[in-house]
Parts: sequence; structure tokens; C-alpha cells
Amino acid sequence: MLDADFFRRWMTATAASVDREAERLTALDSPIGDADHGSNLQRGFRAVTATLEKEAPETPGAVLTLAGRQLISTVGGASGPLYGTLLRRTGKALGDAAEVGESEFAEALRAGVDAVMTLGGAAPGDKTMIDALVPAVDALADGFGAARAAAEQGALATTPLQARKGRASYLGERSIGHQDPGATSSALLVAALTEAAGE
Amino acid sequence: MSDGKQVGIVLVSHSAEVAASVAELAKGLAGGTSVPVAPAGGTEGGGLGTSAELIAAAAASVDRGAGVAVLTDLGSAVLTVKALLAEGDELPENTRLVDAPFVEGAVAAVVTAATGADLPTVEAAAAEAYSYRKV
Repeated sequence: MLDADFFRRWMTATAASVDREAERLTALDSPIGDADHGSNLQRGFRAVTATLEKEAPETPGAVLTLAGRQLISTVGGASGPLYGTLLRRTGKALGDAAEVGESEFAEALRAGVDAVMTLGGAAPGDKTMIDALVPAVDALADGFGAARAAAEQGALATTPLQARKGRASYLGERSIGHQDPGATSSALLVAALTEAAGE
Repeated sequence: MSDGKQVGIVLVSHSAEVAASVAELAKGLAGGTSVPVAPAGGTEGGGLGTSAELIAAAAASVDRGAGVAVLTDLGSAVLTVKALLAEGDELPENTRLVDAPFVEGAVAAVVTAATGADLPTVEAAAAEAYSYRKV
């Protein structure tokens, strides 16, 4: 079973990973975006860690709902409402339970990913964070390690795609050949699940 | 008409200057109106981007009980307003994201709100600005 501490560790591990990879995320965002993805997410997840420490939410749902709200408030770019909606909708789907099973979490995360697709209008293959998140959710039944591998594979597979959403879509064919920064940060988020689980 | 209360207008841009200037332009073209209009531009730090906090504060400041129409430029401005509307309680009741071109829509919205029109009428006037062809 996964308790509030697990989800707190997930957010802390994500923040640490975003800190380590911020320069790389911004570098990926330079040729096809506005070169702020790393710094925006860094600011957002640092704020998430701080607010989780301060408010100490007691259920898995409350941890993710608070984290999502904080991201919407602090990121300042499109990744704020997108990641914020992902975590907040996932948190709401988990309800008030003190502990949740892995399959409940997988279902909740799918609801979160669906909400992101509705918000941003992106589908798989559009060269967005969805290209890492959908394979991860599909693989989650086989464990966090499988989800991590699927997300990383999904992020790598965005390189040959042409962007159809967001600022990168203005570049048309010139967006081909660059790995998508949003899919890359989504893979970091999913990978942090294995760290939270101590795998 | 909605019992004398005017619809509030919020203008969200990635740039504080753009949001403030469009607000000034729309109010000026509406002829010195009392319609509550608030810009929510840029990040709280003064950079280019979108701030959920500034949007929520602007919406609260123009809410007179007749609804709030929010117009945005693009990207994170659109997504942030949608996320606030879909998930939270940060915006006043009866707040709507209006699908309209930013400058022309803002002018149409403020001019229409100045007549005492209700929120759906303001929204329709702003959206109609998409159909004003220039060539």
C-alpha cells in the first residue's frame, strides 16, 4: 500500500531530479521552445517541496492535490497548469483514503493524464508530455520500474516527431530531430516513483 | 441587462505591459467607462509568463456580481485560466474564459459591458471579433 509519505517522497525525489536535470531540460527547450522549461519546473517543484513540509497533508490525495495547486501557482509557463492538473486530478481521484493500492494509483494517474489531454488538447504522437505519460500509465500494472522504462522510451521516441501542440508547433518540420522537453520532464516524474518506492 | 451590475473584464497576457495597455486602450475606446477592467500580465516577478495569483487577484477585483469575462493571449495564459476554472475555487463564481482575439475582443467586451449587458452577451460580442476581416 502507498501512504502519504510515499507520495511526499515522490514529490521530493522529483524536485531533486528536476534540480539535477534543469540545465538539460532548458537546453532541450532552447531550439524548439522558449528556453525556460528547466528553470520553470525547478521553481515549481522547489515550491512544492516547501509547501508539503509546511502544511504536512495527511493523505495521498491531499499531498498530490496540494502539489498540483502549488505548481499552477508558481511555474509561470504552460507546464504549470499541465503538471498541476495532472497531480491535482490524480489527487482528487485518490479521494480521502489514508493508503491506496498500486492499482488504485494507476487508475487515478490515468484520470490525471486524461485531464491533461483535455486541458492541452494533445494526443499521443503530438510530441508532448503525453508521449511519456500514456506509455507509463499503460505499463504501471507491471510496476514502477516498467512505468519508468516506458516513460523514458516514450520521451526518446519524441525525437523524430513533428510538434503539433505548443510553441514548438510553430516551427513545423524544424521541430523534427529534437527530443521534447515536456516528455523528458515527464519521464523524470515517472522515474521518481521508483526512488520513492526505494527500488 | 443585469440589474445595474456590470460584467468584469480580466485581460491576461504574457506581458504586464501588453495587458495594461490593452486594458487602457479598451477603456479609452469605450469612452471613459466605469466597467471594471483589470490586467493580469506577466509573472509576479515582472517577467514574461503567466501568474495564477495575478489572475485570481484581478478576477476578484472586477467581480461585481454580474460575472467575469477573462480574455487571454496564448499558451500558458489560456492553460492557466482553464486549469483554474476546471479544478479549483480560485476564481469568482460565474467566471468564463472567452474565446476571442485579445485586442479586438477586449475592446468589444468592454464596450458591450458598458451598456450593462450580461455575461453571455459580452462573451458573444468578444467572440464575434474573430469575424471582423481586415482584407
